[in-house]
Amino acid sequence: MRDDPHPEAPTPHARHWYWRGVRGAISVPGLILASAFVGFASLARDAGLTLLQTVFMTGIVWALPANVVLIGAILAGASLPAAAFAVALSSIRLTPMVVALVPELRAQGTRKWVLYLLAHFVAVTSWVIAMARLRDIPREWRTAYYLGLGSTLVLVNMAVVTVVFLISGQLPPAVSAALFLLTPMYFLTSMWGSARERAGHIAMLLGLVLGPVFHVVLPGYDLLMAGLVGGLGAWLFHVATARKPSA
Amino acid sequence: MTFFGNDAWWWPYFFILVAGWLATDFWRFLGVFIGDRIAEDSSVMVLVRTVATALVAAVIANLIVFPGGALAATPLLLRLGAAAAGFAAYLAISRSIVLGIAVAEVVLISGLLFGA
Repeated sequence: MRDDPHPEAPTPHARHWYWRGVRGAISVPGLILASAFVGFASLARDAGLTLLQTVFMTGIVWALPANVVLIGAILAGASLPAAAFAVALSSIRLTPMVVALVPELRAQGTRKWVLYLLAHFVAVTSWVIAMARLRDIPREWRTAYYLGLGSTLVLVNMAVVTVVFLISGQLPPAVSAALFLLTPMYFLTSMWGSARERAGHIAMLLGLVLGPVFHVVLPGYDLLMAGLVGGLGAWLFHVATARKPSA
Repeated sequence: MTFFGNDAWWWPYFFILVAGWLATDFWRFLGVFIGDRIAEDSSVMVLVRTVATALVAAVIANLIVFPGGALAATPLLLRLGAAAAGFAAYLAISRSIVLGIAVAEVVLISGLLFGA
């Protein structure tokens, strides 16, 4: 046994914490995420994507909002730059999430490429689980834990998407309609719960109202405009009320 | 330049790589790069978060108001009622995501089966 094991070295301990991460993925939040990907698979199939394209997209994009926005852009017949812009805009939130996660993940001697690799697994669910549990895990095994957690969530949902894609054409309409409602309901509830400040809730309410309004008034720019107008409005509220520290 | 606008087998994958992978992992990698150089509660970060939140909320609302697939054939009022009931249940009873989703689905399915 060496005294300075690297977190990513395949020592018995790393394997132990890796499997703890795998088990962390098989949990209630993991199950809910899988049900939301059930809805996504139906959405992608309906948009005309092939099975391989849908599974590829699930693994390579991973964040479900980004996946849903990309499908939305494909459905709207958006050009490549316009689609990339919409997806990029919907994914800016990943940066502050990763910024918050990195200091929790990093141990002394953790190599940079390990952090870049693990960052790919960052999406709402794995981030929420990691932020809640990492503090109870010895620092040098946190990267092993997060590798187990993140990679399992990705692989399980790629499998879920495959199965649902194959059977979703044969479902009764009521069941099929119910599947399409899973994704928005999952985001509606989980986003409300994960908002840090009151401004987050205001941003959500404004976005919910402005999205459909701009969809009618300014088709093609609805997401962009709802994000900018709603976000700026909520931010102005935050600035106006932020004089008292940590309200 | 649209997703279905090119017959080459690799085009959809290229489209997904650029508009999907590049557009998401760029932000993740930037997050690693910035590390802890930015204060999470700085006012610029709050603006970044509120814009992102409002944008995703707009996606959610459009999925309910202007849905695709089999959901498009259901009455708008039923969809709004189901989503509102699910969200109210989530808020009222211990912020349970499972419960919120379940209530919305029960309202939608019973509305469809028993003719809303």
